[in-house]
Amino acid sequence: MDERYYKRLWRKIILMTLGFALIPLFTLGFSIYSQFSVSYSAKIFENLKTLVENRRSSIDLFFDERVAQLITIAHTHSMKQLSDETFLNKVFQTMQTRSKSYIDIGIIDQEGNHLAYIGPYPELKGVNYKREDWFQTTMAGGVYISDVFLGYRKFPHFIISVMSREGEKSWILRATINSEIIDNIVRAAQIGKKGDAFIINKRNILQTTPRFSGDLFGHPKSPDFSKTVETHMEEIRTEGGSFFFAATLITNTRWILVVKEDPREQLTPLLRARTIVAFLFMGGILVIVLGTFLTTRAMMNQLVQSERKKARSEDIMVQSSKMAALGKMAAGIAHEINNPLAVIGEKAGWIKDLLSEEDLTQNPNLKEVEESVSKIEYHVERAKKVTHRLLGFARRMEPSQEQVDINKTLNNTVDFLENESRYRNIDIQIDPHPDLPEIISDSSQLQQVFLNIFNNAIDAIGKNGEIHIKTSFLTRRKEIKIEITDNGPGIPKEDINKIFDPFYTTKEVGKGTGLGLSIVYSIIEKLGGRIMVASELGQGTTFTIYLPVKVKE
Amino acid sequence: MAEPFNVMIVDDENDFRETLVKRLQKRHLNVFGAESGQKALDLMNKLIFDVVILDIKMPGLDGIETLREIKKKNPLVEVILLTGHASMESGVEGMDLGAFDYVMKPVNIDDLLEMIRRAYERKIIQEEYRK
Repeated sequence: MDERYYKRLWRKIILMTLGFALIPLFTLGFSIYSQFSVSYSAKIFENLKTLVENRRSSIDLFFDERVAQLITIAHTHSMKQLSDETFLNKVFQTMQTRSKSYIDIGIIDQEGNHLAYIGPYPELKGVNYKREDWFQTTMAGGVYISDVFLGYRKFPHFIISVMSREGEKSWILRATINSEIIDNIVRAAQIGKKGDAFIINKRNILQTTPRFSGDLFGHPKSPDFSKTVETHMEEIRTEGGSFFFAATLITNTRWILVVKEDPREQLTPLLRARTIVAFLFMGGILVIVLGTFLTTRAMMNQLVQSERKKARSEDIMVQSSKMAALGKMAAGIAHEINNPLAVIGEKAGWIKDLLSEEDLTQNPNLKEVEESVSKIEYHVERAKKVTHRLLGFARRMEPSQEQVDINKTLNNTVDFLENESRYRNIDIQIDPHPDLPEIISDSSQLQQVFLNIFNNAIDAIGKNGEIHIKTSFLTRRKEIKIEITDNGPGIPKEDINKIFDPFYTTKEVGKGTGLGLSIVYSIIEKLGGRIMVASELGQGTTFTIYLPVKVKE
Repeated sequence: MAEPFNVMIVDDENDFRETLVKRLQKRHLNVFGAESGQKALDLMNKLIFDVVILDIKMPGLDGIETLREIKKKNPLVEVILLTGHASMESGVEGMDLGAFDYVMKPVNIDDLLEMIRRAYERKIIQEEYRK
């Protein structure tokens, strides 16, 4: 059958099998991976939230402590006591032993006058703060924490001021605190290579120096988180990739702590999982593809083989039905021709009889007539041979059942042809299988088969050649194999299918009936065997006959 | 000069039968022709035949049936079957029914003559044996 048809079928089967195998694999792989990825991201979010809230607590705690310390001092001392700079210095020293973050300390009365000051900028003493926002806020609320600013001091700091009351009078204890300590706390939340953390105030102005996201007192290069109240988590895509943001409100100052994290750094285990999954995936695909390829190929081979077998048995069936039909026809023709042929033969014979009786020596045509009658008889004889072979071809006589030694039958047949082959210088060699079992068959019919094949071989060779005969026993199939090889000119490819057809002959007109191999074929078929032919132009021809070894019942 | 036995040729093909009769008569045989099985049986009532040459395929009573009838009438008559036809089986059947031999058309006159003589010889031997 068509090679391309099988190729197409094969491709279809492969695609279908691959489809059914790979689609579930892909679905499974992707769903597992995305599930894993989602839960892992959730965990990272959770960690980030913990981190930001942790930092927030630290900062709040820091402010709480400072505020508490200042309130304690303000409430346990009178304004008069603290306005004494010697005493104030002593108190300041005590505070500094616990925390170096205090820069200076001052006392301001309710009119805004700076009464006492301890710190590196004594010129601040005597300044009036009455119009300052912080002063008014402190007087109204009791406690005030400023945003970070540079001020006179030229480095980032903030102030905490607390108000104390003595009867009708109020006064303010104010301390300046280096904001570096807040920076330090925030910096602890700057994770990985691209992570960042910073604090902004309500107007989205940076209170600490971030790593990447802008400059102190500038606006951060990030979304505006200044309205944050509750802890807020968000994944935001920027040019540098996707980042996780967490923002939370610092209670004391109303500042917002923002932590930014590069999830890719945190996702290393996920990436590793992805790599492993990818490798397993590739492996799986490879195994599936290879498996599909191999199994379908084996399947296709099986299919092709069985198709071929079917085609071969169909060929054999076609051949034998052709034989049967031709046999019937041949018999009919032979019969129809034989009767008139018999009349012609008799009439010619009668003429001959009469001629021999009459004295016709004077007749000048006698010789011609005699010759013509002889010719008629000769050609009747020739036609008779054809019709008789035809009948032989068509006859359906049951083959006899006898023990046949194939080697012996072959030997007898070869002996029969000895003269002919010697005359033509053709060497006939037999290579017999030594333990060839005897078979139940018809020896005279087999002899006819061998004789026909040998005759054909001899005719094919012409002069000077070799015929090789080999017998063997196929144990598994319980068959005898007879190979008859000649080194004649071979049979052209286009003729090889016709050689068993009746009336097919390559011999000169009158030399062959074209029935020899047809008879061979039908005899072998009747005996339950098979005959095959293989030929190579210029090399020779091999007839192979298989005969079943039947056990006599 | 005629050989001392009677031969009958039964064949529906007139040209063939008549010519064969003439040719055998020329060879000094007492030969009679019959164009059908029935005619052959009728003729047997009038004359005693030693050898019958019988075509197998004939209209009406065919060769095998005629053979049966002949053998019923006279088992010692030797019958040579003549066939122009792929009826090898009929030939074999005829042999089983006691025919002496069978020969395929077209026949060689000398071969046929030889066969007739041998058939007659066998008939003589059988008759001797009977006695």
